[in-house]
Amino acid sequence: MSTIVDARGLSCPQPVLLTMNEIKRAGKGEIVVLVDTDTSKENVSRAAESKGWILKSVESEGSFYRITIFKD
Amino acid sequence: MPKLVQFFATRWGIILVGAFIGIFAPLLQKWGNPANMGVCVACFERDIAGALGLHRAAVVQYIRPEIIGFVFGSMIAAYVFKEFRARAGSAPIVRFVLGVFAMIGALVFLGCPWRAALRLAGGDGNAIFGLLGLIAGIWIGTLFLKADYNLGRSQATHTTVGWLLPLTMLGLLALMLIFPQVPGQDKSGILFYSVKGPGSMHAPLAVSLVIGLCIGFLAQRSRFCTMGAIRDFVLFKQTHLLSGFVALVVFAFLTNLVLGQFHPGFEKQPVAHTMSLWNFAGMMLAGLAFALAGGCPGRQLFLAGEGDGDAAIFVMGMIVGAAIAHNFGLASSPDGIGPYGIPAVIIGLLVCFFIGFTMRRKPA
Repeated sequence: MSTIVDARGLSCPQPVLLTMNEIKRAGKGEIVVLVDTDTSKENVSRAAESKGWILKSVESEGSFYRITIFKD
Repeated sequence: MPKLVQFFATRWGIILVGAFIGIFAPLLQKWGNPANMGVCVACFERDIAGALGLHRAAVVQYIRPEIIGFVFGSMIAAYVFKEFRARAGSAPIVRFVLGVFAMIGALVFLGCPWRAALRLAGGDGNAIFGLLGLIAGIWIGTLFLKADYNLGRSQATHTTVGWLLPLTMLGLLALMLIFPQVPGQDKSGILFYSVKGPGSMHAPLAVSLVIGLCIGFLAQRSRFCTMGAIRDFVLFKQTHLLSGFVALVVFAFLTNLVLGQFHPGFEKQPVAHTMSLWNFAGMMLAGLAFALAGGCPGRQLFLAGEGDGDAAIFVMGMIVGAAIAHNFGLASSPDGIGPYGIPAVIIGLLVCFFIGFTMRRKPA
């Protein structure tokens, strides 16, 4: 079961901060991050990958993006 | 197109944008802009406030087309790449107040982070204290961010909301064309024009506008932000944005060398004073305000161009802050800080601390 980080509507650097906090807390597994700007999408993806997490998918849900990251 | 989108999100993409600004800012100086002020968002918004008569400091009054270009360049990029998204409602009054004090701090130092970099690249040693202050202010901001400080969520809203700042900029451009500068006269129609001082020094309108458009377009694509550069390094040890900021300094330095515009020293530097403590403290206030507001003055303009109504409020705060700074003697001049600069910096820091300490609820 993946945890969801809802960072929609939050400005920089909140989406990355919330994602990093969840990465630290979970250690491994799957995290879904919801963001609503392309900047946040890029920043969250870049930050997760820098921590060794795999970018599993980025899906556009109309008004927001669903980013799924994963680590064994 | 997808390849181009990806390129600007890469390290080389952001370095290219930093280099572009670093090369064209000194060139703008050669073409008429004030020394070590090829592009300065704080100074240029201050000049706009002056041109509209919001303050009457006669040496800093000119509608700067670069600012108009930044907003429209970003807007064009946002529409071309389908990123324009009108949004607003994340603590607008707080963003306004942060904009006011960011401008006051920047005018105690005499420049925004871009100009701090350009001053350094032009040999102005006083900029070192400004940059150290900027780092200190942003570092304090990261402590608040780590302690759950946030401005709350914005909401998607009517497209009109995202269009208002760009339309305001269009209005400013129209005013410049309706009331063009008359050589030797300090007023044309309703607009003020400096006849001496930094406000009288400017590149031709079309040149400033086109370079502003290019920078706005590129910066929107790459998310160029000087505050984010330092913040991300302090918070996450990420050097992505920082490489763009460093590229700006390096390329501005090299361009200045080529153009013969590099003059190292501390005394008699253009539009600068030597009061190191207040160069540091002014920029510390500005850096903290930028960090709490989520972007440097340039980034706020680019965000406003892509539909962020809250960033637009920050821009308005900076323009009003410039008027306050000059009307109440808070802004510095080459002779030193203004008569009320010191209390203004202290009050600004207190206000930022108040905001930072009290807005720490986790987002719902």
